Amino acid sequence: MGNIFNILMVGVGGQGIIMASDIVSLTAMYGGRDVKKSEIHGMSQRGGSVFSHIRIGEKVHSPLIAAGEADILFSLEEMETLRWIGYANEKSIIICMKTRINPAMVEEYPAGIEEEIKRASPKACFIDPEPLRKEIGNAKFLNVALIGLLSGFVDFNEDCWEKAIREKVPEDTFEGNWNAFHTGKKLYREAFE
Amino acid sequence: MAEKKLLSGNEAIARGAFEAGVTVGTGYPGTPSTEILESLTTYPGIYTEWSVNEKVAFEVAMGAALSGARCLLTMKHVGLNVAADPLFTASYTGIKGGLVLANADDPAMHSSQNEQDNRHYAYAAKVPMLEPSDCQEAKDFTVFAYNLSETYDTPVILRTVTRLSHSLGVVEIEESPSREREIEGFRRNLKKYVMIPGHARARHVVVEERMKRLEKDVNGFSINKMEIADSNIGFITSGIVDTYVREVFPDASVLKLGCVNPLPGEMIREFFGRVKKVSVVEELDPFIELRIRAMGLQVEGKKYYPVTGELTPDLVRKPFQGEAALTVKTAKKGLENRISLPPRPPSLCPGCPHREFFKIARKLGLIVTGDIGCYTLGVLPPYNAMDTCVEMGGSIGHAQGIEIAGGKPEGTGVVAVIGDSTFAHSGITGLLNAAYNGRRSLIVVLDNSTTAMTGMQPNPLSGQRINGEETVRLDYIKLALAFGMNEENVRIVDAYRPKEIEEALTSLLESKRLSLLVVQGLCIILKKRRRKAG
Ligand code: SF4
Repeated sequence: MGNIFNILMVGVGGQGIIMASDIVSLTAMYGGRDVKKSEIHGMSQRGGSVFSHIRIGEKVHSPLIAAGEADILFSLEEMETLRWIGYANEKSIIICMKTRINPAMVEEYPAGIEEEIKRASPKACFIDPEPLRKEIGNAKFLNVALIGLLSGFVDFNEDCWEKAIREKVPEDTFEGNWNAFHTGKKLYREAFE
Repeated sequence: MAEKKLLSGNEAIARGAFEAGVTVGTGYPGTPSTEILESLTTYPGIYTEWSVNEKVAFEVAMGAALSGARCLLTMKHVGLNVAADPLFTASYTGIKGGLVLANADDPAMHSSQNEQDNRHYAYAAKVPMLEPSDCQEAKDFTVFAYNLSETYDTPVILRTVTRLSHSLGVVEIEESPSREREIEGFRRNLKKYVMIPGHARARHVVVEERMKRLEKDVNGFSINKMEIADSNIGFITSGIVDTYVREVFPDASVLKLGCVNPLPGEMIREFFGRVKKVSVVEELDPFIELRIRAMGLQVEGKKYYPVTGELTPDLVRKPFQGEAALTVKTAKKGLENRISLPPRPPSLCPGCPHREFFKIARKLGLIVTGDIGCYTLGVLPPYNAMDTCVEMGGSIGHAQGIEIAGGKPEGTGVVAVIGDSTFAHSGITGLLNAAYNGRRSLIVVLDNSTTAMTGMQPNPLSGQRINGEETVRLDYIKLALAFGMNEENVRIVDAYRPKEIEEALTSLLESKRLSLLVVQGLCIILKKRRRKAG
């Protein structure tokens, strides 16, 4: 809508969606833009499906993204990517981490998820967390690495990212997170430039 | 000097209260209102407490307000049901120091047992209600509410909804607000503060006069805004839905109501004079629509929108798609998923102390009357071990009713299950009722030493106050003895020892006397957090 940029972040309770979306929102504010973010906590935190809408622009009204209007669908879990895919359109960038978390009471992960995502959006990008995790050395920095990747798609200067990450991660983990951010950025350059 | 911060609606309300010079904050945790008070505790010079329930929170805040302090009171929508009693009479007594009740509704019931529309409370209790629509307004309206409260000598309700409370937006804040305010202390004023019928009759007249004055003045409040653009169709909005309307109908005329009780009648009439057709966009009940109709004006609203659930930009758009007289921004077509996915409902955390009890309750085939908290999830698979869940503190009374009616199948026991915070909130009175009336129910407190569902707030069974200070911890055994219960009918067991839980359950049920079983196990999320903090 207009020149508003919409990012939908999705995943499972406990994966760190809230913090990741906080970092992106703060960066947008430090970049001098208006930003609104919306999510639901409470019951959904107990291993339920979690989503966070981020909207960035000159003047943002609604904190909610309309269906079909996400410019980026950023997902930390495969099944959740598909659950929210109606928010993306054919031009949207879809970043999906290849992590599978079974819902409570579900023994077997449903088949064909990846294929269906690829069918719906042939240019969806899948990230295998393992090599990335090895490269950054700590699973705790994974989300910030993915944010580094995401940073390739949105135009904010690095100072803004740094300030936001510094504010949101525990002080003694900043270095590790900041390195992870750059690993993610490198991944963007290799894959998308 | 103003500085920009990214704040949630809840944090913005706390910031507004701080800037307005609030020195006392009380409340009971409840999603989505909880972070207001939590955020208030981060500011200097403010006393805060988690009260045992919303009614007590109201009473404490009111006492402070009657002494001249500005107070913030927080609770979720259903919490106001508990505090409704003092609210209606506080409207009569007035407040002296500004008293603002931040009350969070939960359209769509993201974490609530019902979807009530608390605008009706403002109307029924005859107190002003303001409704901000974004985080900046959440802060600004809070400051406005304190001035309003003192100017008209009335409590003011600031209504928010989940979608605002938990959204994040850019807020301009005062870097060093002047918080200096003289607090006079309590001065006796029997005719105003002692609501015996003779005094109250006179005060009711004052309340009606105040509402009359407000009905006039509200038309001049800066928080109500009329924007005339297209003169064909106009929308009346308030709160979060205003942002959806602006998004979807960028050129429409909008009358945005910052104050939803009383409504600015003159402004509304003027709006009707300037646009041809008017629609109200509001979540939940047709609160504004019905009052405008009562003014004799033709307006539409609920004809287009549901009375259940949240509105969204998509829902707001739908009825007006293709409307020639209106620019409607249409959304792009979303991608389609063709395979069906299993739902991902919330569940008890792995290793949660409540798990063993529910397994046993199901194994024993007990009828379990339940309550509000993490343990409500015991109703879901794999436990399926809960049979009622209505309101905070309700489980204990429900079990008594089932016992009295005698309708339970032969051989099944009835137990009431309640959490520690909920027990303190309004379970104790239920237990007293059972003792007093000679019931034989078994009451089980699942004690995880915290109010876990809303984010680990301490309570009178945690041994800590809101700021982490050590304090008394309620002694279950002494309490039960004080209620005249037998010592052998009060047992405390470890939540991770299933054999002991089962043994205690069966023997207490067999005893056929009023019993209290406390199943203790620290919430593991809290345990992890404490370990991290060292
Ligand atoms: S938060 Fe604590 S009490 Fe609640 S489900 Fe998790 S472990 Fe259990």
